Amino acid sequence: MTAPPRQARTHPRAAALRRRRRARGAGRNLLIAALVVVEIVPLLWLVLSSFKSQGDFIDNPAWSLPKHWIAGNYADAWTSGRIGLYIRNSLLATAPSLALIILLGVAAGFALEVLVWRGRRQVLLGFLVGIMVPGQMILLPLFRIYLQTGLSGSFWPLIITYTATGLPLTVFMMATYFRAIPREILEAATLDGASTLGIFWRVGFPLARNAVFTVALVQFFFIWNDLLISLTFTTNDNLRTVQVGLLNFTGQYGETAYGPLFAAISINVVGALVLYLLINQRIIKGMTAGAVKG
Amino acid sequence: MRSVLGDRRAIAVLLAPALLVYTLVMLVPMGWSLGYTFTQGNLIQGFTFNGLGNFRKLWQDPQAHSALWFTLKYALVVSVGQVLLGYLLALLYVFVLRRSSALIRTLVFFPVILPTVAVSLMFQKLFAIAPQNGLANELTEALGIHHGDWFASSTGAFIVLIIMDIWRSMGFYGVLIYAGLLDIPEEMLESARLEGATGWRLVKHIVLPLSWPVLISAVVFSINGTLKVFDSVLALTNGGPGSDTTPLTLYMFRTAFSYGDYGYGSTIAFLLTVVCLGVTLIIFRLSRRDLTKG
Repeated sequence: MTAPPRQARTHPRAAALRRRRRARGAGRNLLIAALVVVEIVPLLWLVLSSFKSQGDFIDNPAWSLPKHWIAGNYADAWTSGRIGLYIRNSLLATAPSLALIILLGVAAGFALEVLVWRGRRQVLLGFLVGIMVPGQMILLPLFRIYLQTGLSGSFWPLIITYTATGLPLTVFMMATYFRAIPREILEAATLDGASTLGIFWRVGFPLARNAVFTVALVQFFFIWNDLLISLTFTTNDNLRTVQVGLLNFTGQYGETAYGPLFAAISINVVGALVLYLLINQRIIKGMTAGAVKG
Repeated sequence: MRSVLGDRRAIAVLLAPALLVYTLVMLVPMGWSLGYTFTQGNLIQGFTFNGLGNFRKLWQDPQAHSALWFTLKYALVVSVGQVLLGYLLALLYVFVLRRSSALIRTLVFFPVILPTVAVSLMFQKLFAIAPQNGLANELTEALGIHHGDWFASSTGAFIVLIIMDIWRSMGFYGVLIYAGLLDIPEEMLESARLEGATGWRLVKHIVLPLSWPVLISAVVFSINGTLKVFDSVLALTNGGPGSDTTPLTLYMFRTAFSYGDYGYGSTIAFLLTVVCLGVTLIIFRLSRRDLTKG
């Protein structure tokens, strides 16, 4: 009764507010912790397991740490599991495809968005069809063509198919990007007497550098992670890409060599992680800028 | 100026290579596949005209029906899961974590770029029962769910597939929708808050209607991807047990390459194409109607 009534009223309210804020903070932290666990624990478990011995897999529970750390699993996966060869193959198929997609796709995006001619809307829509239609719709005729032209047994079927399937999205994203560039910049270049091709090379392409990088990243992951096309067109074991190789890894070892299998998966996952950490801000920025908001 | 940006020769030089590759490697094979639907046979036996036989077969084939049903069921469940969790993640990023969301965003996005085959093999091991219970299986048993072999029952295999594909992709939809939420003007949220809209009411009456376009883009993106699911099914369950988790894509692949029936394979691919186009059109229709209502 001695305390002034004003203080008595505000005090519990402030306490309740503080309590609510603290509860919200706790809920927030719990949510973050749950997300971190869901994302990281499976991957951590994968990498830890890749150092286990065969006996470890059979005798000890999955959550236990390796009893002896076997780094040799990685050597096994790389050489006798042929992951090294498959990664080389993937690089040989991906790099030329990526270069062709960028070169052809950026030029086409420029021609469809910056240059002025009748029918360009229709052609852009035509490219959009390629985004919608499933890959299964083109596999069989291509398989036949590659076989009959003797291209099977090389990386050409992969390179050609990846280039063609990568073009629609690339053209679409680049057209969307060029739309956002102020036309005055390009028109100023024409006043300086540059030719159309000159404007593309010296103004358009450099201006689009960020978008080109983004598109290249998106396409890189599409191609690197592809299974449908590589499975269809690699008829020869020595030409297998890393995804096809990984898919058949279990078979080669007869399901029993767990350590090398985990190591092979880890090589793929950790490799992607390193690449991702180097460039992640740009991936996220680009995926949200180009792909959908157009 | 107009003449420079309308230079016909330059348009041809820039556009022709992309258009040529796209036409020869995608559009022509699409038409060719359409032609295959009226035939029977393969590269070795040769092709014979079959009229509408393949379509009649498709109409009566119980395996095609179950593949279609599985495709639709999978696409619906995974799309709802992806977009819903993506939306919740985006809300978390924007309203709870605010400026400190970059790290969590990066973390949750990481599985998006991982090779599907590697993730599938990892989930196989997480839910394995031999040689030891996998980590996820240990967890469910600790929670009192004794499921046994997840991949021996069609429901179990379906559940693991769903969990995996949502785990893989929710970060992508989180970032996609996050970018859409960032476009909502801060003043609008502020004035709604002043009028007493908080929490769920704020989301329902202000955030959701304003982010409707990006939400629809996410749904279209998601449906189009999930209807074409191939890699994750092939690598995780291989369509099994039996053919219980076989979508149209995999059924087409088997029909064409394992059973050597190009005609019927193309017919299945055609069905898939029609489903993709149809579902996308339906979503656009529905979303437009809802927009005028709300």
